[in-house]
Amino acid sequence: MLAWMNWTLPVAIFFAVIAAILLVMTVYEVVSPCSERKGFLPIATTRGDRLFIGLLTSAYIHLAWLGLTELSLYIALAVSVIWLAVLLRWG
Amino acid sequence: MNKIADNRAWWLVLPVFILVAFSALIPLMTVVNYSVQDIFGPGSAYFVGTEWFEEVLGSDRLQDSLGRQFLFSGAVLAIQIPLGIGIALMMPTTGKRASLCLILLAIPLLIPWNVVGTIWQIFGRGDIGLFGWGLNQLGMDYNYTSSTVDAWLTVLLMDVWHWTPLVALLCYSGLRAIPEAFYQAAEIDRASNWAIFRYIQLPRLKSVLVIAVLLRFMDSFMIYTEPFVLTGGGPGSSTTFLSQTLTTMAIGQFDIGRAAAFSLIYFLIVLLVSWLFFTAITHLDRQK
Repeated sequence: MLAWMNWTLPVAIFFAVIAAILLVMTVYEVVSPCSERKGFLPIATTRGDRLFIGLLTSAYIHLAWLGLTELSLYIALAVSVIWLAVLLRWG
Repeated sequence: MNKIADNRAWWLVLPVFILVAFSALIPLMTVVNYSVQDIFGPGSAYFVGTEWFEEVLGSDRLQDSLGRQFLFSGAVLAIQIPLGIGIALMMPTTGKRASLCLILLAIPLLIPWNVVGTIWQIFGRGDIGLFGWGLNQLGMDYNYTSSTVDAWLTVLLMDVWHWTPLVALLCYSGLRAIPEAFYQAAEIDRASNWAIFRYIQLPRLKSVLVIAVLLRFMDSFMIYTEPFVLTGGGPGSSTTFLSQTLTTMAIGQFDIGRAAAFSLIYFLIVLLVSWLFFTAITHLDRQK
């Protein structure tokens, strides 16, 4: 049934990680609901907002990395993970 | 207050969730899969990693059509928003003339995209089209099939004709929502027309305008049919916008991997812009 989707392992891992993040965030939200607050971002955000902003900017970090440098994409991944953590904590 | 937290209503969202999963998520996942492979046909796909992304990001074709796309959307907004406000301000407020104006304005909105393209393709022709023939008779060397400037002008004019009414109608409804007391207060203060516009009408139109800008940006950013019918993207590739480049790549050349990478980048741009607008709208609402 899924043959037409041409699944590859890296993409499967990518979506599994996204799904896992969403699952963890949902459980976290149920256990301790968050309230909107103002961090270093110019707008007040909830945890989910910050996750979305983090994921979107991470995508752009990866694209910029691919387009502008010849370095390994794993460095971009590391940068993105750190950025996501910083954003979720202090954003 | 003794409210019981009962969130079972969320289960009612399940059908929508399943629908979205099949209409959006699964196709999106498929596109991501395609974007990292070189696909020759069913059963013969080779993993190529991020090669397509690198190629697409570095290609002049994407960068050029992206540049054209932003220029086009920018021009569309710069013309249609002020023009739409202007038309809305000039429209009669009551009576039969108001209804007549509304109907006349709405006509272009009802015409299908490819018909709009065809109308303007004929309208702009030098031999049988009123617009093209008229300009040529006036001594202007107008030909949208050979001159880049003329092609751009025609595409822009067509979009202005087709979509400015939408902006005007939105602004008109926004203007009608301003209570009469505001104008009475302005009259007592002997405010000039400009002051009324600047301090009463424009601020009150803010939320309507954000929606108008969002709609016009998204629509113009994804424009395909009208320029495709009118100029076919030419002369050369001077009016080939993003979606046409993408379609040529995916269907014309059957270059699925590259087209998938291209469409993901396109999607990310649209996602970012929509999010920015969405944030702007929600924050405007919150300030009230």
